[in-house]
Amino acid sequence: MNVPQSLKYTKDHEWVRVDGDLAIVGITDFAQHELGDIVYIEVGTIGETLDQEETFGTIEAVKTVSDLFMPVGGEILEFNDELESSPDIINKDPYEKGWIIKVKMSDVSELDALLTADQYLELTGA
Amino acid sequence: MGARMVPFAGFYMPIQFEGINAEHETVRKSLGVFDVSHMGEIWVRGPKALELIQRVSSNDASVLTDGKVQYACFPNDTGGIVDDFLVYRFGEESFLLVVNAANIEKDWEWINLQNEGINASLMNASDQISQLAVQGPLALKAMQKLTKEAIVEMPYYTFKKLSFAGAEDVILSTTGYTGSGGCEIYFNNNDGITIYQAVLDAGAEFGIKPIGLAARDTLRLEMGFCLYGNDINDQTSPIEAGLGWITKFSEGKDFINRDELYRQKNEGVTQKLVGFEMLDRGIPRQHYSILDHDGQHIGEVTSGTMSPSLKKPIGMGYVKTPFAKAGSTIYIEVRGKALKAEIVKLPFYKP
Repeated sequence: MNVPQSLKYTKDHEWVRVDGDLAIVGITDFAQHELGDIVYIEVGTIGETLDQEETFGTIEAVKTVSDLFMPVGGEILEFNDELESSPDIINKDPYEKGWIIKVKMSDVSELDALLTADQYLELTGA
Repeated sequence: MGARMVPFAGFYMPIQFEGINAEHETVRKSLGVFDVSHMGEIWVRGPKALELIQRVSSNDASVLTDGKVQYACFPNDTGGIVDDFLVYRFGEESFLLVVNAANIEKDWEWINLQNEGINASLMNASDQISQLAVQGPLALKAMQKLTKEAIVEMPYYTFKKLSFAGAEDVILSTTGYTGSGGCEIYFNNNDGITIYQAVLDAGAEFGIKPIGLAARDTLRLEMGFCLYGNDINDQTSPIEAGLGWITKFSEGKDFINRDELYRQKNEGVTQKLVGFEMLDRGIPRQHYSILDHDGQHIGEVTSGTMSPSLKKPIGMGYVKTPFAKAGSTIYIEVRGKALKAEIVKLPFYKP
């Protein structure tokens, strides 16, 4: 299982790449593997400002529907709209081409609550 | 085999192996093998065998000849369905009923209850018989390597008892739950490992793969086949469910709830099971509400998925009869939004 050291993680199996006050968010390799073939992704919250742990969208595999949660609070600036036509990009490349949203963080100190790669690995029992 | 396993009806079952879409495509294009040993098998024998079956089955088993299979359901006496099943005729006084795993106990009790006063001989062989479904356009060609009996030309819904992969008394029927052709193979549990390995070996040159329950569901849904517990249950009538074609009101066939179902067939029903395709983006799921264009509730989704073959979201559900015609526009309530969908004829997909 691939868990890059440079990223932050949540217990909901999301990752965050931090660039100043910008957070790029996706789901982990573990999550995409657990979900199986991803067939649909919906983010109807572009332009909205949401709190940490609020639902910003939905991801669907063939058999399951899961909510996507804000790893940190902030304004949702952008959605990776390539995922609309090809949601399986997340299965193939969860950490790069499979990013989901970009968030302008309201409070960067919220990052402190996230997991390191090692803590996340421990959580998934790998 | 790297399978992801889940508990199902008391068995520990593979939900998927390499991925639903890949497994689905394998069955549509070549062949795959499903371990469906959890299915139930009940023998009905003796001089009263047919009488009992005619009493409990919606279909007319009197038209069966030896070697023929028939799809049917057990209507209950309150308007619903106890289970759907297959009937195999082995002889005038010998029939095998193949029922859903989750319903084995319920069916067994139901049949025994109806057998009071008829006294056919009943045997629940579910724990002795294993079953593999080998499905796909190349399935029969591959399985032909394992038996001397000719199976490639067997008509749909027939069966043979044969020697298969070195095992005796194996039952092979040209039935299945995928719409892609192939067969279902029944055998003694003791022959399980030998036969499973032989099936994999025989199919290897054609690219056989083990298929999980999840792809079994997408394959059957593309065909519009009902799944008990989703699309039909103890409350849904076979007439509402579009199973009028297996509900036969033949002269002298006095099956359970015949009068009420006959009335429904003649006078019509207030809701019908339909298939629909999404026009807006979104995937229908079981229990989502179905709305009309004014937002009024007109029904509920019973099955839904992204169709791997069609690459579009499809579903089945009950709607009020005026909305049931192909071409009608309905709306599926997905997370608070009403998404447009269109009623279509079944099957969704023709392999």
